[in-house]
Amino acid sequence: MNSLAPLGRTCNLTSSINVMNVLDLQHLKKHYATHKAVDDISFSIPKGSIFGLLGPNGAGKTTLLRMITGIFYPDAGEIFFDGKKFDPREDVQYIGYMPEERGLYKKMKVGEQVLYLAQLKGLGRKDAQNKIDYWFNKFDITTWANKKIEELSKGMQQKVQFISTVMHHPKLLILDEPFSGLDPINSKLIQDEIFEMAKNGTTIIFSTHRMEQVEEICDHIVLVNKGRKILDGPVKQIKQDFKQHLFYISLEQQPNPAQMATHHFSIVQNHDKAYTVKLNEFSQTNDILSHFIHHGIQVNYFREILPTINEVFISQVRMTDMAN
Amino acid sequence: MSKIWIIIKREYLTRVKKKSFILTTLLLPLFFVAMMVVPALVMSSGDSGKVAVVDESGLFEGKLSDEGDVHYKFVQADIDTFKNSYLSQGYTGLLHIPKMDVTRPPSIIYYSRGQMGISLKSSMEKKVENIIEDKRMELAGIDKSKLEDIRVDIDIVNLAGKEGRKGSALQAYAIGWGSGFLIYIILLVFGMMVMRGVMEEKMNRIAEVVISSVKPFQLMMGKIIGIACVGLTQFLIWIVLIVGLYWITVLMIGPEMLSNNAMANSPSMAANSDATKQAVAEMVRSVGSVNWPFIIFCFVFYFLGGYLFYAALFAAVGSLVNEDPNDAQSLTFPITLPVIISIIIMMSAVAKPNSAVAVWGSIIPFSSPIVMMARIPYGVPGTVPYWQLGLSMVLLIAGFIGTTWVAAKIYRTGILLYGKKVTLKEVGKWLVRKS
Repeated sequence: MNSLAPLGRTCNLTSSINVMNVLDLQHLKKHYATHKAVDDISFSIPKGSIFGLLGPNGAGKTTLLRMITGIFYPDAGEIFFDGKKFDPREDVQYIGYMPEERGLYKKMKVGEQVLYLAQLKGLGRKDAQNKIDYWFNKFDITTWANKKIEELSKGMQQKVQFISTVMHHPKLLILDEPFSGLDPINSKLIQDEIFEMAKNGTTIIFSTHRMEQVEEICDHIVLVNKGRKILDGPVKQIKQDFKQHLFYISLEQQPNPAQMATHHFSIVQNHDKAYTVKLNEFSQTNDILSHFIHHGIQVNYFREILPTINEVFISQVRMTDMAN
Repeated sequence: MSKIWIIIKREYLTRVKKKSFILTTLLLPLFFVAMMVVPALVMSSGDSGKVAVVDESGLFEGKLSDEGDVHYKFVQADIDTFKNSYLSQGYTGLLHIPKMDVTRPPSIIYYSRGQMGISLKSSMEKKVENIIEDKRMELAGIDKSKLEDIRVDIDIVNLAGKEGRKGSALQAYAIGWGSGFLIYIILLVFGMMVMRGVMEEKMNRIAEVVISSVKPFQLMMGKIIGIACVGLTQFLIWIVLIVGLYWITVLMIGPEMLSNNAMANSPSMAANSDATKQAVAEMVRSVGSVNWPFIIFCFVFYFLGGYLFYAALFAAVGSLVNEDPNDAQSLTFPITLPVIISIIIMMSAVAKPNSAVAVWGSIIPFSSPIVMMARIPYGVPGTVPYWQLGLSMVLLIAGFIGTTWVAAKIYRTGILLYGKKVTLKEVGKWLVRKS
C-alpha cells in the first residue's frame, strides 16, 4: 500500500524536544482580529520523514507554514528547529519554502533568478553557480539559463521554482501544493526528487489537497481544521485506527441466503459473487474465512478494506465542523 | 547586511540594464542639447550673402552696415524689374525701401527665395528704425549728443549677509526654482518606481518566496536604496553628458552662435541687446559668487531625504494594492497630494522666501525637500537662518525614519495579503499591533 515511501520509520509522538526531530512545535498560537488562524497546535516532525500537513481551505495551514518559515511570529508558543530554539535570522538558510502562491520575476533571466534566490539563502556566488549547473543538468534545462521567465510555460516555471527552493540543500523542505500545474511526467520527476532528498536526510513538509498523493508520498500526517490539530500520526497507523473492519470477499459460486447468515459478520454490499462485509464485534478475521470453508464455498479473494486518507479527512473534518 | 546588499544589487542592475533606462538616459541630454543647437543652426542658415537694397527714399545710402555674413549693397534699379532678376545677379535677398515721409513710415519689403530668419529680420528692423529715429530727431531739433547725456543706466547692487556677498535675485530665483522643481520630479518619478516594484513583487507572488529568506524590511529597504542608486546614476550621467555635449557643440559651431541665438529668440531683447549683454555678463560674474559646494550639498541632502521620506510611503501603498491596478491610483492620492502642495508653496517661496508659508513649508518634512531648496539660494544665514536650516534637516531625518517605520509595518502585512480590499481602519490596526 505504502510501497513508494522510502522509510518505514515509526514515529512516536513526543512533546518533549527530541534530537531526532527536525521540528518541534509547542502550543503555537496566531490570532487575527477576527479569527484564530492557529489555535494551540503542537506536533513534531522526525528527521528524514515526509510529513503531510493537511486541512481544508482556511484551516490555518498557510499561517502555520509562515510561522515555521519565520515569516510570521507566533503570538504564543515555541518552535524548536533541529533541537534548538528557532531563530528565523539564522535558521531560514536551512529551510526551503515553496509557497502555494508562488512566483518569479517575469523579466529576469532564469539563471540570474535562481542565482539571486540562492544568494539570498546565503550561498556564495561560486558555490551557487556550481549548484545551478548541477541542477540544470539534472533537469535537463541548461538551455533555459538565458531565457526570461515570462518566455517559459507554467510547468517550466514550476521546475525552476522547485530548483530554487532546494538549491541550498535545506534540512527542512516545505512544499505547498508542489504538483499543481505539472504534467504527469514532470510530477513524477519532482516526486522522485522528493524521495531521493528524503533518503539523503532532508525532512519534507508536504501540504496538499490531493489525498491520493498523500498516501503515495507521506509517511506521517497532521490534519488541522479551524486552527486546531484534529489528527496526528503515521499514515499506516491512522489507516489502522480508522478502519471500519470491512472486508472484501470474492467467492467461486453464489451462496444461498441461508449460507450467508452468521453472527460473525454482516453484509454491507452485495456484488456479483462477492461481498463487502463488516466484521462484528468479538469476531476474528479468520471467522469469516472459516465460515465459508465450513459451508464448502470456494474463496477466491479476500482482503481487508482500509479507509483511504481521503475518507478519514472528510469524516474528521465533518466531525469537527459539526462540533462547532 | 550582506543580504540587503544582494537585494540592492538586483534592484539596481535589473533597472540599469533595461533598454528603456539606457535610452532615456542617453537621449534626454541629446534632446536637451539639440533644443539649444538646432534653432541656432536653423536661424543662421540661409541668411548670409549679399543683400541688394533699392532705396527710393534716399535716407539710407551708406548707413546700413554689414553684419556677420550679411553684406548690404545699394543698387539703382527699377524695383518692378529688379525683383525678378536679383537672384540671377548673385544676390540672396532684396530690400525695397519705398519713398517715405519719416513721420509716417510705410512698410518695407524684403524679397527672398526662402523664409527670412528671425535674427536677420530683427537686425534689419533695428537698423532701419535707428536711421528713421535719427532723422526724426533731426527734424524735431533734438541734438543727438545731448540725448545721450540725458540717458542713465542704474544698476542696483545687492550686498547680502554679513560678508556682503554680492548676490543676484534673478539667479537665486533660477537656482531655487530649478532645484525645487527637480526634487519634485525626482520624488514622483522614483517614488512611483518603488511602488511599481513592490506591486510587481506582490502580484507575481514572489514576495512570499523572498520573504522566507530575508526580512520584509530588508526587501523594502533594498528596493528603496537600489532605486535611489538608479536615480543618482542617471543624474550623474546626465550632468556629464549635458556638460560634455555642450562643450563639444560650443567648440564645433562657436559660442557666438549660441549666445546670439539666445538673444535673437526674443525680438524685444534683441532690440536692446546691450542691456541683455550686460545682464548676461552680470550673471556670469555672479555665478562665481554662488557658494556652489554648499548648494550642491543641500540639494543632495534634500533629494535623498525627500526621496527616502516618500519612497517608504510609496512602498507601503504598493504593498496594499491588490489585483486591480486602479487601486493604486486612489491609494497614492494621499501621498501625491502633499508633494503637489509642496510645489505650490515652492512657487511662492521662490518669489517671497521669507513669507510665513515659505518658512514653515521649508521646516515641515512633508514639504521641506522642495520648499527649502527654493529658499537656500537666497543665502544662508541671510535669508535662511541656521536654526531654520538645522531644524528642517533634523526634522527631515526624523521624518524619514518615521515614515520608514510606519511603511515597514504596513508593508510586512500588506505584501502577503491577497484578494482582500484593505480599509484604512485595518491599516491603522497594523500600526498599533506588536511585531
